[in-house]
Amino acid sequence: MELLVIFISALLINNFVLHYFLGLCPFIGVSNRLDSAASMGMAVTFVMTIAATVSWLIYYLLLVPYHLEFLEIVSFILVIASLVQLVEMFIRKVSPPLYQALGIYLPLITTNCAILGVALLTVLKGYNFIETLVFSLGAGLGFSLAIIIMAGIREELEFADVPESLKGAGITMITAGILALAFMGFSGLIK
Amino acid sequence: MSRLWKEFIKGWWKENPVFVMVLGMCPTLAVTNSVQNAIGMIGAVTFVLIGSSLIVSLIRKIVPNQVRIATFIVVIATFVTMADRYLAAYYPELSKALGPYVPLIVVNCIILGRQEAFASKNGVIASLLDALGMSIGFGIALMFMSSVREILGSGTWLGMKVLGSWYIPWQVMILPAGAFFVYGFLYWGFRAIDKAFTKG
Repeated sequence: MELLVIFISALLINNFVLHYFLGLCPFIGVSNRLDSAASMGMAVTFVMTIAATVSWLIYYLLLVPYHLEFLEIVSFILVIASLVQLVEMFIRKVSPPLYQALGIYLPLITTNCAILGVALLTVLKGYNFIETLVFSLGAGLGFSLAIIIMAGIREELEFADVPESLKGAGITMITAGILALAFMGFSGLIK
Repeated sequence: MSRLWKEFIKGWWKENPVFVMVLGMCPTLAVTNSVQNAIGMIGAVTFVLIGSSLIVSLIRKIVPNQVRIATFIVVIATFVTMADRYLAAYYPELSKALGPYVPLIVVNCIILGRQEAFASKNGVIASLLDALGMSIGFGIALMFMSSVREILGSGTWLGMKVLGSWYIPWQVMILPAGAFFVYGFLYWGFRAIDKAFTKG
């Protein structure tokens, strides 16, 4: 039950994009077409789950026993950067079609604040290993949900008559604001 | 001298990191629910940006090209850790309010972007001015965002009451949705003014 609450809250209520404002760069950059948004969402979910669990292991098995908690930021970012490289090489060897779909998005993910954000938040919230796994999976799927909805809206928006100066990031942000309002409706799900 | 001056002021408006280059969105939206949080964030970003620009421009000739990004990230992460620890020690409440957003400065694209685009190619003085100018541009944007949100959302500015008791605060402005709206409209205004100026 506890795990379900964590999952739903990461997926819908505290949605990473619409509540924590994490991962906004890809959210704006890659949300203009539906298929690329879906691939980006998959890549982020995948890397996020692995990165969060590995960071959790590093923090509790390596940093805490040796009282090196202040190295949290440096070690997490290095782990994530090398992990992305590893995942990229692994996918290229094991599954070329998957690499075709995700390939170009993987390097971009290193600088995605959502990945580091989820690793930092699991430490901040003091989750155990299973909770970390469920939380990061929910957060990744929440990111995918938000970016896919956004891409769907933006594909339609191309036919709308938007003021010249509002085009691009401006109208995307206002749309995201309306989406965030809609997602607030989910907050009644959990007391 | 005029070249240095140009490097210094370009970040204020023409290459404003937030409204023109659309970089560093997470802190811009997340911490602008009050002016106080925004000031804390501006301080932290300024410190990290200036510190890492200084180091990166000093070591730019020693670092091999292949590992430059990794080097920049380690330098930035070191400064971010310093800023994070300092805030936690001296301003525990502010540190709590900013939450994970101070450590997240590591992946703020403004900082890595300036190292890659400027500090790794230019001398120390120019890099420092560039970093300072960009921080001012970031500061201007954050002050605008947080002022609008705090005044409309709670009727106060930096905790001082500016709107009378007749004013009913717009709750939405301090919620996440408000951040998106305020950014959208400020971006619109910024671009419209910029266009009017370049035309006339």
